[in-house]
Amino acid sequence: MSDLLHFEDYAAGQVIDLGTYAVTAAEIREFASEFDPLPFHLDEAAGRASLLGGLAASGWHVCSMLMRMIADSWLNKSASMGSNGVSEVKWLKPVFAGETLSGRVTIVSKRVSSKRPEMGIFECLFELFNQEGVKKTEMTAVVFMRVKAA
Amino acid sequence: MMGLFLEDVDEGLAVDLGSYHFTRDSIIAFARKYDPQPFHLSEEGGSRGPFGGLSASGWHTAAGWMKCYVKANDAARAKLEAAGNVLPELGPGPGFTNLKWLKPVYPGDTLRYSCRVTGKRDLASKPKWGIVFSMNEGINQKGELVYSFEGKVLTARLPSP
Repeated sequence: MSDLLHFEDYAAGQVIDLGTYAVTAAEIREFASEFDPLPFHLDEAAGRASLLGGLAASGWHVCSMLMRMIADSWLNKSASMGSNGVSEVKWLKPVFAGETLSGRVTIVSKRVSSKRPEMGIFECLFELFNQEGVKKTEMTAVVFMRVKAA
Repeated sequence: MMGLFLEDVDEGLAVDLGSYHFTRDSIIAFARKYDPQPFHLSEEGGSRGPFGGLSASGWHTAAGWMKCYVKANDAARAKLEAAGNVLPELGPGPGFTNLKWLKPVYPGDTLRYSCRVTGKRDLASKPKWGIVFSMNEGINQKGELVYSFEGKVLTARLPSP
């Protein structure tokens, strides 16, 4: 599809808004029931009694919600070629039911793959905040994107 | 960590976490909710994409590890509790490093996950807790390493006498 953005359309240092995501108790419990059924992800009282201090989303759920924001706001408008990994994720603070997350990605650097000239590589810093601007999660990861000129 | 207090977790402790099967339906259902890129949603999108076919979201692969970890952790805790042991409070994870999606995961694949303790340390900010570090892997039915990451989990120290 020619209307997709490519590697050349993005600059190092560019910041892309990833929109928002409303976190519900029902979704926290649904994800946790399937993949991370620990008491503090399933039950309000157990959450309050834990180190997390409330019903909190699984960290893997937080990464998945961030992925949804990245797909909707960035990658599905671009010629994404996926990713092969994540250098680091910091779950800085718990994500609670009722919070609304907002996110942004900063393209830290960009280069064309030396082995695959049709593929560009972005090193990215992803950040998630709650509605009060408190940073909740930080992720450093690469994103691969098709080079238009190739 | 597997029902053990920090003091009882030894470097080198290796746990087989069991396996998770990826069906076409579960791959598409996960992607619709959390990673709706064309190559995770349909065979057609997959054939035009970078992975040569419909493949699971990397976060689905990651969530499959967590599911197996919790199951193995629950079983270890139940066994220790049945033997009359006092169990440590469960701790959350502060994050992870070096997560690698080494090969695509396709419909019909079954991953066997594992967790091996690589170290531990005290936590200055929370004297009742420490951190256990681990190397974690997912291997498919062909014996190929397809997924790995270095994990961290807060683990309770033995109560002071």
